[in-house]
Amino acid sequence: MSDDDIVFETKDLRIHAMRDDGSELPIVKGVDIQVKRGQVVALIGESGSGKTTISLSSLGYCKPGLVWGGGEANLLGHDVTKMDTEELRPFRGEKVAYLAQSAAATFNPSIRINEQVTEAPVLHGTKTQEEANKRANELYHALELPNPDSIGDRYPHQVSGGQLQRLMAAMALCGDPDLLVLDEPTTALDVTTQIEVLKAFKKVIKEEGAAAIYVTHDLAVVAQIADYIVVLYSGEIKEKGPVDVIVNNPQHPYTQRLMAAVRPTPSAGMGDGADGSHRREAPALEARAVDAGYGKGSDGKPLVQILRDVNVTIERGHTVGVIGESGCGKSTLARVMAGLLPPFGGQINLDGGELPGALTSRKRSELQKIQFVYQMADTALNPRQRIGDILGRPLEFYHNLRGEKKRERVQQLLELVELPKEFAARFPHELSGGQKQRVNLARSMAAEPEVMLCDEVTSALDSIVGANVIKLLKGLRKETGVSFVFISHDLSTVASFADEIVVLYAGRVAEKGPVDQVLAPPFHPYTRLLISSVPEMRVGWLEETMGSREALAGISRGVTITKVGCPFFDRCPVAIDGTCDKIDPPKRADPHGHGHVIECHREIDELMAETAYAQAQIDAADAAANAGGEA
Amino acid sequence: MYSMILKRLGIGAITVVAVSVIIFLGTKVLPGDAAQIRLGQSATPEAVAALRAELGLDLPIYQQYLQWFGNFITGNLGQSLSNPDVQITSLIADRYENTLIVSVLTAIIGVPISLALGVMAAMFPGSIYDRILTFTSVTLVAAPEFFTATLMVLIFVFALGIGNAVVVGSTEGKDLFQLIAHFALPIATLCFVIASQLIRMSRAAVLNVMSSPYIEMAILKGVPRKRIILRHALFNAIGPIVNVVALNLAYLVTGVIVIEIYFGYQGLASLIVQGVQTRDFVLIQGLGMIFCGTYVVLMLAADIAAIVSNPRLRHPK
Repeated sequence: MSDDDIVFETKDLRIHAMRDDGSELPIVKGVDIQVKRGQVVALIGESGSGKTTISLSSLGYCKPGLVWGGGEANLLGHDVTKMDTEELRPFRGEKVAYLAQSAAATFNPSIRINEQVTEAPVLHGTKTQEEANKRANELYHALELPNPDSIGDRYPHQVSGGQLQRLMAAMALCGDPDLLVLDEPTTALDVTTQIEVLKAFKKVIKEEGAAAIYVTHDLAVVAQIADYIVVLYSGEIKEKGPVDVIVNNPQHPYTQRLMAAVRPTPSAGMGDGADGSHRREAPALEARAVDAGYGKGSDGKPLVQILRDVNVTIERGHTVGVIGESGCGKSTLARVMAGLLPPFGGQINLDGGELPGALTSRKRSELQKIQFVYQMADTALNPRQRIGDILGRPLEFYHNLRGEKKRERVQQLLELVELPKEFAARFPHELSGGQKQRVNLARSMAAEPEVMLCDEVTSALDSIVGANVIKLLKGLRKETGVSFVFISHDLSTVASFADEIVVLYAGRVAEKGPVDQVLAPPFHPYTRLLISSVPEMRVGWLEETMGSREALAGISRGVTITKVGCPFFDRCPVAIDGTCDKIDPPKRADPHGHGHVIECHREIDELMAETAYAQAQIDAADAAANAGGEA
Repeated sequence: MYSMILKRLGIGAITVVAVSVIIFLGTKVLPGDAAQIRLGQSATPEAVAALRAELGLDLPIYQQYLQWFGNFITGNLGQSLSNPDVQITSLIADRYENTLIVSVLTAIIGVPISLALGVMAAMFPGSIYDRILTFTSVTLVAAPEFFTATLMVLIFVFALGIGNAVVVGSTEGKDLFQLIAHFALPIATLCFVIASQLIRMSRAAVLNVMSSPYIEMAILKGVPRKRIILRHALFNAIGPIVNVVALNLAYLVTGVIVIEIYFGYQGLASLIVQGVQTRDFVLIQGLGMIFCGTYVVLMLAADIAAIVSNPRLRHPK
């Protein structure tokens, strides 16, 4: 390749953050990368590694508070670090386009989608409005969006998250840029949606022949889409090379650590369950035939019913993992258990006794026994209180501890979550994301609860930090015998921590049972779709999966909540017309399992056969791929 | 969306009724009733009882309320207590014109200029222009109205020799420009009073939107700054801005007592003070209801504007 093929390169690029006192702190410390035409270069690393900052340098953009510190960033031969905003305008949106992590936040809520998609080329005068509309329409078709001819007339809130993510790709591609910058474009998506978006990205990048910078912390995703990998740590390049070399043979210790923290494909036997030492007669917490929803409808029922006949039992000292896509009712279930959302049917039992549905009518001792841990420690911790006060409040409230005793207990709690005692005097913003999540956990532990409801507590954390938090949770479980309800959309995390898994789909339990049995055949068709959607760390996995029957039937459809029958009906490859959509599925117990229940109209044997069929399909695809490789 | 607007209208109506009950009961708990006050301390009990019967004051309290509220709805506010020959409606009508002219002219001149200044400050945050504007508006928020008014008189009347320190003469037969000239100083003073709040709020509302990710995206698409503000930011900032505008307009109708007295023109705000001084609670009731209605109507308008400007409500899923 000649030098003409280089779309973007940085030479000793340095970017600094401005401190309050006016001094500069290096964020990017002399980075050299090259992106050639038709190539996808992945920048990987944890948060704080400078990967987003470097990717934005290709647009000549520094986030507020950052300044150029030296070196060059050459886009098509022009050093964009030396240009002002007016000089940069012809490049932005035209030569280089940016796709952000959250499409929902990136689209202007009050402007129709088509105007936003076509804005850049029309403003830059490279296309008339008609030409841009035509191009946008082509892209809607190419990205396999539903109703491609009318979707542009909608407002952003009228389409789903996965669709919006693809529409953002259309927005970026509408100006036919030479370089695409993709910043964690699938991180916020469910696994099933992620596959579909990845596939669309891969297809358009290939067809348009554009170069791309792909920023992510997810190595399994990188293996699917990148040609070349740059590993970053703390603003420096640790290792770079072609994708198969880095994935199969990482050299630098940091890359090896990143690889080790990759979540393994969920499978039976990976869990680290609790021993029975804390068990007692009555389950710690139990949801019986719970119906719940939002809004006020007629005859005492809510306007939108989410949970339908949900039964979950949490044994003392056990962890129940709740999984499902967004919109499945995971958080709703936790809110019902916590009393934040009183159910309109069924009951919640604590220690064998019935709990009042509403928070306000629960006794203080009952409140103390169930504690909620929120996903975002950032918003859950009061920014104006010191850690000591944050932890001290529940101690006062539930245990009436004051003065010296309270201080001692705060220090014990910090010790429990492996934080130094000095942190009691700090404010939340002085802590890192992982440390804040530990404080968040310590605050729940302060009440000395029997059940902790953890709602996506590791989802906002980097893989290495998240793995450490899971390790901590395992320690807490062993030491205190507290039970956990662990909600996550990430099957691998759940599998590594839970004793039992409850698979929720559209407010109904699709399957539940001990981890090893849920993750082994027979599967509920939805569980199989979830498991097969988790990206694997090998090149070519994406194409294989997209060919499978689950993918063809189930991917690219959203969760729809139904009043009767099995809500998975419209995405299920083995659905029975006239039965599954009309009649609630029976609860079938797996004859070889212990407490393993699948709610499906298909017999257990049929589901077993399905698994065998799917496996045969994958084997056949593998064989075909191998044969192709040899030829 | 329509159901939401209807709901707001319903809430507005309930507010008016609730305030009417409070105003009615509030004047009832005061010692002495209309008959007593009108006839004075020396009246015989028989005469007072006769007048009571005539005015319907011997009826049960809820009937009195319904009668009073019904009269209010149909535009009959009753007779003044201090001057039984005068209808409250005619008292108010005399004053309403002045108040209306001053507040409408202030709104027409002051609101667009302040909003434009605020949005411009948001376009160049931290610039010299922004700093001067922010400093001035903070100073004006802090300054009491009579001080601003005095400043206006000093500058315009004494230093520049234009305008009148006191509003004199009738408004009859004057065209728009003559009216502006007539009320020049009160309007100018009020423009400054409302401008400080409007500038600061519109600047803050637009700046708040400017920090959102979709604005960053527009920058990264190469959209010019002017278009970013006018097309991308402004529309999303309408909600908070219309609320401040509505509150300030309501203030112009009901709360400009200091300005009316300072410049010596007769408006609604000084009328209610007069009502209090003469213990004319029929007048107070009527004005109270009119002020309440003004607030409710303006806040309703602001709510509806915010609902209509929100695409989530205009175009549900």
